[in-house]
Amino acid sequence: MFVAGCDVGSLSAKAVIMKDENIIASHVIFARPEPAESARTVMEGALNKACLTMEDISYCVGTGYGRNSISFAQAAESEIACHGKGAQWLKPQVRMVIDIGGQDAKAIRIDETGRVLRYAYNDRCASGTGRFLEVMAGSMGIELNDMGEVSSQAKNPVSLSNQCVVFAETEIISLINAGRDLSDIVGGLHKALSHRVASLARSIELESEITMTGGVAKNQGMFKSLQEALGVKLVCMDTDPQIIGAVGAALMARQAAAENG
Amino acid sequence: MIAAGCDVGSLTTKAVILNNTRLLGHALIGSSFNPEKSAAEVMEKALAAAHLTMDDIGFCVGTGYGRERIGFVKKTISEISCHAKGAHFLQPSMRTIIDIGGQDCKAIRLDEKGEIVKFMTNDKCASGTGRFLEVMAKLLGLELEELGRISGQTTQPINLAATCTVWAQAEVIMHLNDGMSKADLAAGINEAMAARIAILARSVGIEKDVCMTGGVAKNTGVIQAMEKQLGIPMRRLRVDPQMMGALGAAVFARERMGGR
Repeated sequence: MFVAGCDVGSLSAKAVIMKDENIIASHVIFARPEPAESARTVMEGALNKACLTMEDISYCVGTGYGRNSISFAQAAESEIACHGKGAQWLKPQVRMVIDIGGQDAKAIRIDETGRVLRYAYNDRCASGTGRFLEVMAGSMGIELNDMGEVSSQAKNPVSLSNQCVVFAETEIISLINAGRDLSDIVGGLHKALSHRVASLARSIELESEITMTGGVAKNQGMFKSLQEALGVKLVCMDTDPQIIGAVGAALMARQAAAENG
Repeated sequence: MIAAGCDVGSLTTKAVILNNTRLLGHALIGSSFNPEKSAAEVMEKALAAAHLTMDDIGFCVGTGYGRERIGFVKKTISEISCHAKGAHFLQPSMRTIIDIGGQDCKAIRLDEKGEIVKFMTNDKCASGTGRFLEVMAKLLGLELEELGRISGQTTQPINLAATCTVWAQAEVIMHLNDGMSKADLAAGINEAMAARIAILARSVGIEKDVCMTGGVAKNTGVIQAMEKQLGIPMRRLRVDPQMMGALGAAVFARERMGGR
């Protein structure tokens, strides 16, 4: 039996196909203007990799900000539940998930079954979300995906005095003009975002086994600086951290398929 | 007995020259990267308008974000005190002053003597500051001054759901793509701005009379939206509201020289 999970986010869409206990295919694309189109395209990509068609999928669960636009999903679940479920299944010791998305950030505490106990969420202020890094990368003229690499050279990361994305953008432009090293600026940006997300996580009390999910978790500079901000060694996902929500959705699909016979 | 005030803000620099209660001259320029230079330049303009030279000035007070860098002042005083002083000097019945600057927003409450009872500042978040309007005007391809004028032509202001400047930007772009009119959007932007400032103003406890100072107070769209939000009129001042900090600084300078 094949099941699928589809996570349509603000910046990217992810699909995962599972057979029994295994992930047999996954696919990630940049989000299209229409969430329905993102969902269709990303699922086609995953199906192609698995040499399957939509008819082979017994059950599909949708999640993410565009979850209600996924025509082929039988059910929709919140990202919070899906990230909790996916992270716990991949790394059973994990009790807290910090997910930094393109337009939000979440801290989620889970029990040993992956059920959500408590969570905190920010989607009101762009600072403290993936958008912070996206805007800064744009104004520095570097690729978002290169930020981790650039920050690895940092010797003396800058301390930003502004939290607001709008004000911080002006600040880094003046830092560039003042001749500060790009790597130190990017290192400082990671530090700033990490502090913001760490205080979100502290608001629901930290657990000892914490992991980081979402696209931003692929950035090694962010991973390291979040560890420093939390004062905890993070559990590293062996699976692409960007697809954890889709994995959780596929797990829920598997459960639903079993219950529905 | 001629006093002067100089206000070096993040976006503009202002100077006022005062002889007792009479305004002899004033000037406004855009701030350069060098506060010292901006201050000297604006003061020269104000002096020229008053047909005076620096030697005629008995005492000068500096204020604003660049106040510590003004070469010719004898004393510096915070913007909060200066805005309060200026507004109370023009209109002694003033009890609440809402000052919106290029990068911050302040709500100040006064007692009948003009003493500050309470104040709140937002300089952490761009939303609710002049920067919010600056970003939005640019997005609509309008000059900052046009935002108020054009919003008067609307029949239906667009409701912006986001508070954050970054998210609101995305919302405005979406509405523009949907073919919404600039007037409707400008009115929605002014209302969003007013809603944010009203929260800050309420936190100091609003008492009549209320006025707005700073550059944003020239935007009639924001003023009207504030009146609607708070349900009370905003008193119009007889001096350019953007000059209020510099005027207050000049009033302090006059007091220093023994004038009452």
